[in-house]
Amino acid sequence: MSDKSWLSEIPQLDRHQLLDFRKTLDGAYRSFSREYGDSIESFFDPLLSFLIWFEKLLLATPWWLVIAVLAVFAYAISRSWKLTVGVVLAFFLIGFLGMWENTMRTMSIITVSTMLAIILGVPIGVSMARSNRVQSIVTPILDVMQTMPAFVYLIPVVMLLGIGKIPGVIAVIIYAIPPVIRLTNLGIRLVDKEVLEAATAYGASSMQRLFGVQIPLAMPNIMAGINQTIMMALSMVVIASMIGVKGLGQPVLKAITNQYFTLGLLNGLAIVAIAIIFDRLSQSYAKRTLQDFGGH
Amino acid sequence: MSNKDNKQPLIRIKKLYKVFGKNEKKVLEQVIAGKSKETILAETGHTVGLSDINLDIYPGEIFVIMGLSGSGKSTLIRHFNRLIEPTAGEIEIAGSDVMKLDSKELQEFRRQKMAMVFQRFGLMPHRTVLQNITYGLQVQGISKKEREVRGKEWLETVGLDGYANQYPSQLSGGQQQRVGLARALCTDADILLMDEAFSALDPLIRSEMQDQLIELQDKLHKTIVFITHDLDEALRIGDKIAILRDGILVQQGEPVDILLNPVDDYVEAFVKDVNRARALTVETVMQPQICRISSDTIGEALIQMRQSKQDYGYVVNDEGYRGVITQETLENVEENEHSNSINAALLEDVPSVQSDALLESVIPEMLENIHELPVLNAEGEVKGYLSRSTLADILSDQPSADANNTESSLKEKE
Repeated sequence: MSDKSWLSEIPQLDRHQLLDFRKTLDGAYRSFSREYGDSIESFFDPLLSFLIWFEKLLLATPWWLVIAVLAVFAYAISRSWKLTVGVVLAFFLIGFLGMWENTMRTMSIITVSTMLAIILGVPIGVSMARSNRVQSIVTPILDVMQTMPAFVYLIPVVMLLGIGKIPGVIAVIIYAIPPVIRLTNLGIRLVDKEVLEAATAYGASSMQRLFGVQIPLAMPNIMAGINQTIMMALSMVVIASMIGVKGLGQPVLKAITNQYFTLGLLNGLAIVAIAIIFDRLSQSYAKRTLQDFGGH
Repeated sequence: MSNKDNKQPLIRIKKLYKVFGKNEKKVLEQVIAGKSKETILAETGHTVGLSDINLDIYPGEIFVIMGLSGSGKSTLIRHFNRLIEPTAGEIEIAGSDVMKLDSKELQEFRRQKMAMVFQRFGLMPHRTVLQNITYGLQVQGISKKEREVRGKEWLETVGLDGYANQYPSQLSGGQQQRVGLARALCTDADILLMDEAFSALDPLIRSEMQDQLIELQDKLHKTIVFITHDLDEALRIGDKIAILRDGILVQQGEPVDILLNPVDDYVEAFVKDVNRARALTVETVMQPQICRISSDTIGEALIQMRQSKQDYGYVVNDEGYRGVITQETLENVEENEHSNSINAALLEDVPSVQSDALLESVIPEMLENIHELPVLNAEGEVKGYLSRSTLADILSDQPSADANNTESSLKEKE
């Protein structure tokens, strides 16, 4: 080291120091997960049993009932026959091509992850909108969550909780939650100042302002965030399958390792179909909330 | 001014200061020490919003606060209900010190005592017209049934029945502001804060809304604080006007005071463009000292006339104003007829004008008669006179505006 100038080469820890550094961190985390792994796992138990219950429910329900319920749902949200027929056709085709069970598994994990992301994300977004300080703390965390390769944060999650559904859900949420947080924050910050001032001037409390004015007016943006969250959750399906989450991701993974082109394509298309359906449904819902304002 | 004699002010603001910036209190000392707004901005980066504002507003008054944009008028009105916190000063409304209210009391105060109308309406786009009107009641926790009954009444009052279930974006600007007005009236608060309420409307709708406000005020007798940048509007609806410049109150008083005695160039510049013929009444510009001939006989009349050193006089009797008589006429009457009473043949028929008439309406009569016109009050008594030269002075004391007017009217003719 000493014979080289720091001008020509960047100053660097030597190999032993780096090794020690890694060893200490790894060791610390390993002993942490050994110590607390069980209690953290049991913390997630209710979620796990809910996940299993939901998956079983979807799998046990006869296919025509699932399709019927989805069709009613689609019509109720979008009020569009075209979309409803599209949903029925897409799911029938998925079943016809032998991907029914995997699709149901994927649907169950996506639904639960998205719901959790909304339940966590909207309040975080609201608190970001209410305080610049919270915003300045949360924004860089969201940046890290969105840019950090999923594999990197999968390592500690798997070390802590092993492989299975829960780490899968956590990975999906970490990846998919930023849009709903960001857009909730943005939506609330964009609410017309004068409207909010009017509410204050008439003596509205801060809760009355939040639920009566800010959230309803931010709804189109929040819906856009939820839409993005669903899309990103779906795109995590394949990666989640690497840590043992069953569903459409697993056949894709198998197809990559074994070079089964058709298998990969069909399952990929199934994911795309689900994505398009969810996207159209949530968008048409957002559009209808906009129309409630008299259309712009 | 009669208000002052028998009533306590409803809103009293004393020594109100507002500095915008991180270190308001510290900069305040410099403001009080008399440093100018520009110096403070340059030295500390703080903006002086309001400086030493003192106002008394009496119940039932329409108090207009006027100023150009950036003069601090919108900041000032937001202090009344503490949408903006003052840096220093006292705000007293209906006897209670608003500055001492905690957040819960302030909320209650805003619900009960004041209602506000906004420049860009501030309506909630996700609520229907009726839901918007009843917002204040909903916030107060009043039942839906009662809300709707009361809301519909006001909807009718502002002439929007049938629009209850529309959304604000389906309404025109004027209609939207009617909703804003109804929302403010619906809470039954005594004080109405109107922040440039009509400024966003086009002129025709604006004057319609002004009429409606005046009409409503005749019935409701609210205390209205009205912000505007439009002097014509201020003169039309205001009982009192305060003029704000760079956060300082430069002049306050009755509309006529402002119009005829502007304290400085700033106010004068404001006043210059006002159509005085439409803003002033005869009473405000007439001259009081006149030669009244109250005697019955020609001889006594001649004596009265000589004493007054005028060459004509207004003849009045118990029934009121009769006409004009000139000294020349009187002198020509034969000495032996001096004990006769003044008969109609001696009088010149000069029309009178009412003291509360707008100058605009007396111009034609003024032009048709050589004489000064007598001004009568409501009881028919002669109160003073209005001369051509006074009228010309008052109306022409605005050279640039006049020049513009004639130019534009010439252009129109071409």
